[in-house]
Amino acid sequence: MVLNIEQDYLRFRQIVRGRIKQDLKKYISQGELIGKKGKDFVSIPIPQIEMPNFRFGRRNTGGVGQGDGEPGTPLSPGDVDEDGAGQAGNAPGGHILEVDLTMEELAQILAEELELPRIQPKGSARLRTERDRYSQISKVGPESLRHFKRTYKEALKRQITAGTYDPLNPYIVPIHEDKRYLSWKTKQRPESNALILYMMDVSGSMGDEQKDIVRVESFWIDTWIQTNYNGVVTRYIIHDAVAQEVDAETFFHTRESGGTVISSAYELCLKIIDEEYPQDLWNIYIFHFSDGDNWSGGDTDRCINLLKTNLLPRVNLFGYGQVESTYGSGQFIRELENNIADADNLVTSRIENREDIYQSIKDFLGKGK
Amino acid sequence: MSLTVQSRRQSLTPELTRLNREIEEHAREYGLDFYETFFEILDFEEMNMVAAYGGFPNRYPHWKFGMEYERLNKSYAYGLHKIYEMVINNDPCYAYLLECNHLVDQKLVMAHVYGHCDFFKNNIWFSKTNRKMMDTMANHATKVRKYIDKYGLDAVESFIDICLSIDDLIDHHSVFIERKAKPREGAEEPIIIKKIASSEYMDDFINPKEFMDQQKQKLEEERQRRRRFPEQPQKDILLFLIEHGPLETWQRDILWMIREEAYYFAPQAQTKIMNEGWATYWHAKIMTERALNDAEVIDFADHHSGTVAAHPGQINPYRLGFELWKDIEDRWNKGKFGKDYDECDDYISKREWDIGLGLGREKIFETRRVHNDITFIDAFFTEEFCHEHKFFTYHFNAERGVYEIADRNWKSVKHKLLFSLTNFGQPFIYVTDGNFENRGELLLEHRHEGIDLRIDYAKDTLRNLYPIWSRPVHLKTLVEGKGKMFTFDGEKHSERKTDG
Repeated sequence: MVLNIEQDYLRFRQIVRGRIKQDLKKYISQGELIGKKGKDFVSIPIPQIEMPNFRFGRRNTGGVGQGDGEPGTPLSPGDVDEDGAGQAGNAPGGHILEVDLTMEELAQILAEELELPRIQPKGSARLRTERDRYSQISKVGPESLRHFKRTYKEALKRQITAGTYDPLNPYIVPIHEDKRYLSWKTKQRPESNALILYMMDVSGSMGDEQKDIVRVESFWIDTWIQTNYNGVVTRYIIHDAVAQEVDAETFFHTRESGGTVISSAYELCLKIIDEEYPQDLWNIYIFHFSDGDNWSGGDTDRCINLLKTNLLPRVNLFGYGQVESTYGSGQFIRELENNIADADNLVTSRIENREDIYQSIKDFLGKGK
Repeated sequence: MSLTVQSRRQSLTPELTRLNREIEEHAREYGLDFYETFFEILDFEEMNMVAAYGGFPNRYPHWKFGMEYERLNKSYAYGLHKIYEMVINNDPCYAYLLECNHLVDQKLVMAHVYGHCDFFKNNIWFSKTNRKMMDTMANHATKVRKYIDKYGLDAVESFIDICLSIDDLIDHHSVFIERKAKPREGAEEPIIIKKIASSEYMDDFINPKEFMDQQKQKLEEERQRRRRFPEQPQKDILLFLIEHGPLETWQRDILWMIREEAYYFAPQAQTKIMNEGWATYWHAKIMTERALNDAEVIDFADHHSGTVAAHPGQINPYRLGFELWKDIEDRWNKGKFGKDYDECDDYISKREWDIGLGLGREKIFETRRVHNDITFIDAFFTEEFCHEHKFFTYHFNAERGVYEIADRNWKSVKHKLLFSLTNFGQPFIYVTDGNFENRGELLLEHRHEGIDLRIDYAKDTLRNLYPIWSRPVHLKTLVEGKGKMFTFDGEKHSERKTDG
């Protein structure tokens, strides 16, 4: 039976798709997204889906609750109804909607919105993998894979047809023909490998705001690349005067202070690639974010040299994003642009504030490699 | 309409029919009084659809229902919630049972539903609701579909979008006010023009006639201009727009339907705590005293405790209502009220107060007739109750970045609770002038009660009001204590200071 509401639902989905396109810029710059659910779902809150009305601002007014605790006992965040602040009045409206999109859909939307050409999987990196999925039902199989519910249903069906089912005394006894088993299907899927390597300058001049920009931007880059490749590996490097490899958590939260020697990161990066990711098997993407305040002109020369001779020939894309900072001279980006003009896999981008993230992603991925 | 009441009603299984008859009998024996009630069985998708439609099987087409439907389906799929029952305030009442529920759940739901039905029929705040809403909703749906055929989906849908922005601007008490066409009070005072004092023979020269006439005319114009429209600030802004907005006939009709539906749903929001508490009280009563059999006790207890579970930072209306009803019954049974009780300051004897009055049952039936949530809390949320049930107020501690318990003071808990219920926690907005500055512009005023409006939303709402009024719209409010007026003139927003 088709429900009436299907039409409303489809209509809503269409609007949501359109809405995402319009508001995408806002999402990215506000960073209001980002929960991966399950394997390849993200959930995107769209708080603006509700129509505006006259309502109170400043939600932090508190409310009334019930339970144990002394004055001063904190409530866990999930307990507080932030929207209505403990409203008992059942005020209509106020939905926060989570729209689940598959990564595929999201990348589609991103691709449309950002006008990105698709990245092509690389020649020899194409591998085929086989996977077995238990998604079938079969009449034969080992007892350990017996599907209880299906078996029960079959038995029930048979007994009802045969007239031996008594609702007041509902004994169901499956016989051999009723038994159903889980069975598998082998799926082949093409696979290609990609490495995304993020480098971030964590010297004293990179503030929380700058790191946040990096976080949001790298999420979107990540999302998009994930859909074009299976088996994406992400690695993170942070550096001030020395570089070290860290996990994602550290990458986004560290605040160090110290000088800046960018070449240290490039050297580490090169080492990782050479040791673990041969370029004929891997698509390699490198993104480096800094405020462009390198320690010395000598080191900058060294960086340029490393890029020219070692890094650029190995990678699909090297993106350098320079975050605006109040301290730095921001010289590095100019040096790059002046000295390496002919490499088409080097992309530089200036990110002055959150609004620029969108443009910056376009800068990086608009080229496609 | 793909889901018909008629065809579905038959599908109540013989066993459920028997149980229903049994529970209905129990309910009547307890004194519950309700319209005839029909149960239907739905699967979860149908249930979610009906829930998204606000309890009705058929509504006008609009994406907001699709949105709600998706939300319900998703959260059902992720196991976040489950709708056990739904009941429509209608004569006859319709209620829905979820197909996959256990029998004990179905029994509980039926008992719960009879509680609601009794409340719908007898609570005074429901007395003006349309008892044939089932049909009315279907008519609305048909009408909107017709308009869509005629004027196009986009035009109709966009207009409904706009209406949703303002559908809370109604006056929940207006259904009880009988308005008569009231003649203007008294005759208007004659216009007197001040003269410059002079002796009689000089009068014609000092106060020449032409000048005096001119003055008189000016004053008359002034008075005309100052004549208010509406005469009193009007809270039912929807009605004002319907009556005075330059709308197309179909738009007026849609706005009217939306207003009618808003008024239909209003009492349910107005009595949420009482109503859910009442239904919970009765399902507990009927189940524990009559309908439960031994095998079902654990399942019942599990379900019931889920219904009345406390969540630290929130008020669970089922729990609050349920406990209050029990408390009222207990107090009137024992005579814990009145002068003697209030003036007693001995803790022990107050706690063990029992003069065997036995008026509890009578009192709760009376209470369910005349109160709404606000008066209910105001009258019965006592200090003892507050402490016994561990209520507290909480606030946001900016330093620690968390919500934390503020205090357990009875007065402030009650105050906050009542405030959150007042006008459903929505700001009070009135239309005060439909001819603002004599330019046919619309002036709304916000009665500020300590909390500022959310400005970006307010601006967008003004933007949505513009196509209805077709002339600039203004909103007067306070922002951080200072008077402000926001304006949308059809193209851009502007704001200016006012004196308050």
